[in-house]
Amino acid sequence: MSKSDPNAPKRLALIASKGTLDWAYPPFILASAGAAMGWEVAIFHTFYGLTLLLKDNQPEVSPLGNPAMPMKMPFGPDGFQKISWPIPTAMMAAPGFNALATNLMKQTFKNKGVASIPELRALCVEGGVNMIACQMTMDVFGFKKEDFIPECTVAGAATFLEYAAEAEVQLFI
Amino acid sequence: MTTTIPEANKVLDCSGMLCPIPVIKTSRAIKEIPVGQVLKMISTDPGAPPDMEAWSRQTGNELLDSHQEEGKFVFYFRRVK
Repeated sequence: MSKSDPNAPKRLALIASKGTLDWAYPPFILASAGAAMGWEVAIFHTFYGLTLLLKDNQPEVSPLGNPAMPMKMPFGPDGFQKISWPIPTAMMAAPGFNALATNLMKQTFKNKGVASIPELRALCVEGGVNMIACQMTMDVFGFKKEDFIPECTVAGAATFLEYAAEAEVQLFI
Repeated sequence: MTTTIPEANKVLDCSGMLCPIPVIKTSRAIKEIPVGQVLKMISTDPGAPPDMEAWSRQTGNELLDSHQEEGKFVFYFRRVK
């Protein structure tokens, strides 16, 4: 993974460490945009970010412990959609609330014209983004290579660092 | 806006799509025309003007013209390589 050619394209090295629906967006958006600009891109999926590589990944979002998350409705008249609902924390802990919040976020993103996570991940794969699954996290959480999309590779910290050392942009997400 | 509008060989409409889809679709579409030809891209994303300029600089594909037309952003790129 060395970048010895002086005419090599720019390189982007991302670490995806979170697996919720909201945090699934930044790595996949940046990676797909980088690939579209002709850059060489790798995402190192570690800890909860590893779940983004699961074949049947269905990320959810929780407003619990997430006070900056706007609680708005993706339907109804304009004025209604602009209301940020003051949801009590205790209600956020109720069964089914994560599913509700997840569906509302998905619907809002769809209405606004934002691609879904499966779509963005497919665009990353198509754009040649190297998705690296963290071997250590796989062992800790009990994931097997077969659980993930076949396009991913498995490696550890040293592999990522060697790649990132020669990248123009390195981001931890 | 009275600049001379380039002749487009291919048109890509990204209306209603947000970041990063216009950039991705543009990079895909420009590979479908020969070097030297012109791609017209239409977007409603207010983030498109700075993003498409950055895409042009990074890929080397020349931004010939960009302007607003009936509330939409219109870009003309010449495929350079």
